[in-house]
Amino acid sequence: MDIDSMEDDPWESATVMVGTACAMRTKTRAPRGAWLEPAFAWITRLSAITVMLVLAGIFVVLFVESIPALRKFGAGFLFSSSWNPVTERFGALAPICGTLVSSLIAMVVGVPLALGVALFLNELCPFRLRPALTVTVELLAAIPSIIYGMWGLFVLAPFMARYIQPALIKWLGPLPVIGSFFQGPPFGIGMLTSGLILGIMILPFIAAVSRQVFATAPPMLREAAYGLGASTWEVCRRVLIPYARTGLLGGIMLGLGRALGETMAVTFVIGNAYKLSGSLFAPGTTISASLANEFTEAIGDVYLSSLLALGLILFLITFSVLFLARFLLQRTEHKVSV
Amino acid sequence: MKPDPALILRRKIINRLMTSLFIVATTIAVGALVVILGKLLITGASELSPRIFIMNTPAPGAKGGLLNAIFGSVAMTLVAIVTVTPIAVLAGTYLAEYGRGSRLGHVVRFLNDTLLSAPSIIIGLFIYGVIVLRAGHFSGWAGAASLALIALPVIVRTTEDMMRLIPDSLREAAVALGCPYWRMVVSIGWRSARPGIMTGILLAVARISGETAPLLFTALNNQFFTTNMNGPMSSLPVVIFQFAMSPYRDWQSLAWAGALLITASVLFLNVTARAIVSRGSR
Repeated sequence: MDIDSMEDDPWESATVMVGTACAMRTKTRAPRGAWLEPAFAWITRLSAITVMLVLAGIFVVLFVESIPALRKFGAGFLFSSSWNPVTERFGALAPICGTLVSSLIAMVVGVPLALGVALFLNELCPFRLRPALTVTVELLAAIPSIIYGMWGLFVLAPFMARYIQPALIKWLGPLPVIGSFFQGPPFGIGMLTSGLILGIMILPFIAAVSRQVFATAPPMLREAAYGLGASTWEVCRRVLIPYARTGLLGGIMLGLGRALGETMAVTFVIGNAYKLSGSLFAPGTTISASLANEFTEAIGDVYLSSLLALGLILFLITFSVLFLARFLLQRTEHKVSV
Repeated sequence: MKPDPALILRRKIINRLMTSLFIVATTIAVGALVVILGKLLITGASELSPRIFIMNTPAPGAKGGLLNAIFGSVAMTLVAIVTVTPIAVLAGTYLAEYGRGSRLGHVVRFLNDTLLSAPSIIIGLFIYGVIVLRAGHFSGWAGAASLALIALPVIVRTTEDMMRLIPDSLREAAVALGCPYWRMVVSIGWRSARPGIMTGILLAVARISGETAPLLFTALNNQFFTTNMNGPMSSLPVVIFQFAMSPYRDWQSLAWAGALLITASVLFLNVTARAIVSRGSR
């Protein structure tokens, strides 16, 4: 075996080195403790396999537990919007739509803000301020989601009800198509408020990934553009963003994965109503909020199993988004840590 | 070719506009942090008093504190971290040492990264199916298990990252001296990566001490002080959830005090972890 391949695989190289030492038998003694080597290697390998088993276990358990509901409702489970514990008719349409709509609002709010923050930190921010601001934005990601939820319920929702929503109803309500999104009484809680909170929550994640991806752009590209007389915005728009495209998409998908599965922040402000509504002001529900609100109160196998089936749907949606995100981030071949 | 003044002006205006939008975005992000922490400090600090730490959660209208919730949170977090750390560190070691180029290593790394941002409520459902349904009752152990699964990918990831920073020449030097590979990992790898691994553990503690969703249907909640991990156990986040959503004023104030406690400890852990990393890199 040659040197190159030894570097690729230290396990093998170690075996070879230890093995060679044994084979040469200068004074006929194997290194002390060499016999422990296979055991240790296997313990670490088994620990790594545990991580895989957890993920597989999650899928199996959710699937098995939701079989009763899936058997009873079939594919109709996905398309029915009734959620009635008394008659035991359950359908996932309302929570699925709620999850998608609130995450969509979160993306509309969060992505531009996050890109703005990342570009500011990379291009405009005075060097002295950069570390402090970076940490500040990252601390936003460290705040537990329940705090966002409380803040949303006690601060943002009243604010929305008093100022933002009446204004939106007044200005956007009369418009022909989009007007229908902004109808109804301004409760404060509902889809729009949940989406806003989610947007703020995912901002630091997307910003962190974007900043790291932008930082990998070779300085020469940027300097060449500036040298040709491009403005800061033109460098961002024509050089940085195209260069970082794949990584940015990965970061955005990562944020989307977070938004789809976020529970506590949404549960506080969504209103928990199983109703499909055209208006963004109306209370609704998401998959995770339904689970958080009803799981411990669910009586009967069908009810419980339906909730677990909701969990299975959430698992499938979020993990496909997250898989895509990680795949894209891996393709950038730069170490991005979030 | 002559420069076109109108075009230059337009480009300048667009540039000004967009760069000011960057600043606006950053202001909003920083502003959100300030506003949230400000509200927490103002509302939470006025509710903080010694009785928070010596009395249990009250019935509505009665006086009380958060002792049982704080104890439950600390106990479950400790159990979770203590059980999961060895597995996670070993798994991270595999990714950084033995499984560096192997297919298993790639797969595990990918899945671990996915788990890192998996919705925590799904983890709660999993533990519900595996432990609570089998045992027939909610328990502190189940709560600790779900927290452990959330901490797992965090520690695996940081361990791997930190062990990767060790230069290969150190590894080769150890092996050349006749050190078996495992000995090298233990005495050189883990030793030099120790501050980094500690950081990972601290970050994991920070992450799970604020988790609510996975505890809702694993540990449930408990009005009373208990050290029995085999029964339902209360935790700070779940109590905050219950109290904040309640219509009672005094419960809501307790929720704010609890929220301040959690946020303060989470931010403290995060800042400490960062300090360890930056001291190590200097």
